[in-house]
Amino acid sequence: MPERIELAQNAAGRMVPAMVNGKPQIPYIGVGKYQPRGRKQAPPVRSSKDYPENGDKRVSDLETALRNCGLRDGMTISNHHHLRDGDRVALMALEAAARIGVKDLLWFPSASFPSQKSAIDLMEKGVIHHIEGSMNGPLGDYCTQGKMRGMGVLRSHGGRWQAIQDGEVHVDIAVIAAPTADAFGNADGSHGRSACGSLGFALADSMYADHVIVVTDNLVPFPCIPWQIQGNNVDYVVEVDSIGDPAKIVSGTTQITRSPDRLRIAEFVASFLREAGIMKNGFSFQAGAGGIALAFVQYLKAMMKEDGVKARFVRGGSTKFLVELLNEGLTDYILDGQTFDLAGVQSIGSDPRHVSTSPFTSYNYHGKGNFASMVDAVVLGATEVDVNFNGNVVTHSDGRLLHGIGGWQNCLASGCTILAVPSFRDRIPVIVDEVTTLTGPGELIDVIVTERGIAINPRRQDLMDATKNSKLPIRPIQDIKAEVERICGGKPAKPKLTDNPVAVVKWVDGTVLDTVWQIS
Amino acid sequence: MSTPAESIRAAEAGHWGKDIRSDLHVAFEPRDRGGLEISLESRVDLYYGDSIRAQARQVLETLGVKNAQVRMHDEGALPYVISARLETAVKRAGLAADQKALPEAMPLPNPSAKDRLRRSRLYLPGTEPKYAINAGLHEPDAIILDLEDSVHHAEKDAARILVRNTLRAVDFGACERMVRINQLPLGLQELVEIVPESPDLILVPKVEYAEQLGEVDRMVNELKLRYQINRPIWLMPIIESALGIENAAPIAAASPNVAALTIGLEDYTADLGVAKTSEGRESLYARSKLVHAAKAVGVQAIDSVFGDVGDMDGLLRWGQNSRAMGFEGMGCIHPSQIRVIHEAFAPTQAEIEKALKIVTAFEEAQQKGLGVVSLGSKMIDPPVVHRAQKLVARAKQMGKA
Repeated sequence: MPERIELAQNAAGRMVPAMVNGKPQIPYIGVGKYQPRGRKQAPPVRSSKDYPENGDKRVSDLETALRNCGLRDGMTISNHHHLRDGDRVALMALEAAARIGVKDLLWFPSASFPSQKSAIDLMEKGVIHHIEGSMNGPLGDYCTQGKMRGMGVLRSHGGRWQAIQDGEVHVDIAVIAAPTADAFGNADGSHGRSACGSLGFALADSMYADHVIVVTDNLVPFPCIPWQIQGNNVDYVVEVDSIGDPAKIVSGTTQITRSPDRLRIAEFVASFLREAGIMKNGFSFQAGAGGIALAFVQYLKAMMKEDGVKARFVRGGSTKFLVELLNEGLTDYILDGQTFDLAGVQSIGSDPRHVSTSPFTSYNYHGKGNFASMVDAVVLGATEVDVNFNGNVVTHSDGRLLHGIGGWQNCLASGCTILAVPSFRDRIPVIVDEVTTLTGPGELIDVIVTERGIAINPRRQDLMDATKNSKLPIRPIQDIKAEVERICGGKPAKPKLTDNPVAVVKWVDGTVLDTVWQIS
Repeated sequence: MSTPAESIRAAEAGHWGKDIRSDLHVAFEPRDRGGLEISLESRVDLYYGDSIRAQARQVLETLGVKNAQVRMHDEGALPYVISARLETAVKRAGLAADQKALPEAMPLPNPSAKDRLRRSRLYLPGTEPKYAINAGLHEPDAIILDLEDSVHHAEKDAARILVRNTLRAVDFGACERMVRINQLPLGLQELVEIVPESPDLILVPKVEYAEQLGEVDRMVNELKLRYQINRPIWLMPIIESALGIENAAPIAAASPNVAALTIGLEDYTADLGVAKTSEGRESLYARSKLVHAAKAVGVQAIDSVFGDVGDMDGLLRWGQNSRAMGFEGMGCIHPSQIRVIHEAFAPTQAEIEKALKIVTAFEEAQQKGLGVVSLGSKMIDPPVVHRAQKLVARAKQMGKA
């Protein structure tokens, strides 16, 4: 990155670039402060005269489909990540693009995975200019080492919808992997040998992209019922032998942690919700699919049974543990954004109370409200938290890109946002003076639960009052931090970062929250 | 006193590898000249690399090492572990026999009462740092830093130094800090290292004669005097053979510092030549005798461990049966067992209520100057009152009354 990048200080005190990939940016101005203007972007008007009357949009292969869509240098290609580390379609599309001979593409996945590391070769060859989306493992390292030609852009699930909807990212061609589809392009994820549950991450792409290609390994005669993607938005359908490796799409079983320390954290979280009076009839909650979150659901379930409490809805990442809640009558509904295991896939495909949501309904901030702020309690993880309750999920304390944001930022809008984290990992303190990369502002993070104690954000006097007679180890966050620093032998050194930005973190409204800097 | 050149050699200590956590491996090679050459590979290099290298230099200086090559592989070890591994490697190399690199000392917890709650005592292997760091959070009544059966004989020296540092540097909250030494004579050497750090209780394994305990007692007292330790260090002999069971009462009476007797069922059943079952019929006599010996002398009787970590129902049954026999606690091999054990050894709500009634009736009778205590139509004998008072006191200690 040869030229000097102009930086501005945003409302969180972070230095952020004024331009990203040639587009002017608005620095973050605070929670709920930014007023969007203008109209939603829309694809060109089409005519049915240009599409097969018999509804059969099949072409022989992906390369043909891409050519027919008019693939050119510099276009934006997108795909969803519901097939996770088992996905084959994203690379299929990018490799087909390479064979066609195009260059400088913007790859816009809803998330990328370690199995897609050969995208690095495509970047080296110039086929891909840069990636906007999470970059785990080798792709993340490539970016933080400053090797990517463009700047990375990290967005939440809701933020990605907002960016497409508002026209911030113009998707030229969306390639949608579909576990089941018909020749018209109706597609669904809940059935088929590569079933993945919801296809919500592909919805915005299907509605707003100029061209849409559905790729399936399970073509059914029209109609494909249920349909989550409408064939009326689809240009071409391609049949392939396999869209992904089922073993890596969903896990056979999701495992609760067995670590006594992590179980302790999970139990604290559940007890906190009970003692603060948040766990009550008709309440709602959301938890991730990590080891602590799954254990939390089990502890909470036992408490709900003891107290005779039923939830109105629970939000997932669905797993067999959430499905059990539904089957045992402990919740009226599961509202599911992403399905993690076979039990979840089976349930979403057969139980009408287990419903697919999308980033539009769950998380989009530039709309007439969304579900995230209606959830009473959410339990999330973090790589770091600081004494002002700010949170980081995208980098570790070494500044390396680790993780996408997922729905994390969007979930911060809940009634009670809880970060459940060990106080240190392998001698590395999780509670720090200032987070390395700001992903979530402290004013939205209400409680931090560690194995050594629970810290309540001083802004939440109501939570402090509700738990003042609790036997739970509620302590000031500075106390927990001081204890951890004593155990670890002092404060950790900070990473040596350059002043060259390699990626930005967007807030839910598209403003720029923080910068990821190139490592020295 | 200098060591002859032939006995100085390269040495290693500690562990490293993909699955290792919270430990550090040191390869130490003493030299004639060239100063200290320190290299480090660490998963926390960015955060604590400089600190680790500086600490290594300081430790080596304290041990009087001026010229050596030191290669460290670190897996996130805490400072007291780094120090222990370095000291172990240096001593294995034949140097610094009389020096110690002691970590900074945490303030000591309150001294331990002779008859404190000992419902659960959680074993922590003496060579593996990762279990000790958070052990206190799970609130067992006691933790046991083990130098004996969980430590390979080639690692006994490393365990001794690590356990010493652990006693000094790790906060175990309100837990009683116990150390299980090895059988004599090795155990006596270990006392020299351990006692200066004021452990609360020493577990002495495989005791068969009162005199064995007498030896330990004398050594502990001598060391307490030398290091001016004014707080109690209790003894808990572990009886693990038929002969030991025969001598249970004299062993319990061997010293006023004996706070409890316990039994080691693996070795005991092996001694008898029988299989160890989960119902424990084969050890019924031994455990009964142990309880009687302990009560005859006025100390606690503590039961052995329940080995099946996955079987919580079995654990609860064993614990309840154990309590019914007169034991006041048992051993524990995993934090997940702690809560179940505490439930098993707690008086039930019904028992507590009944005991409270008896104590109240006794207190009323006292006030009225009556010699006889009655509850309804029943006369309550003094021993019954006494038992009820003890139960209420215990329940209060457990936070149940």
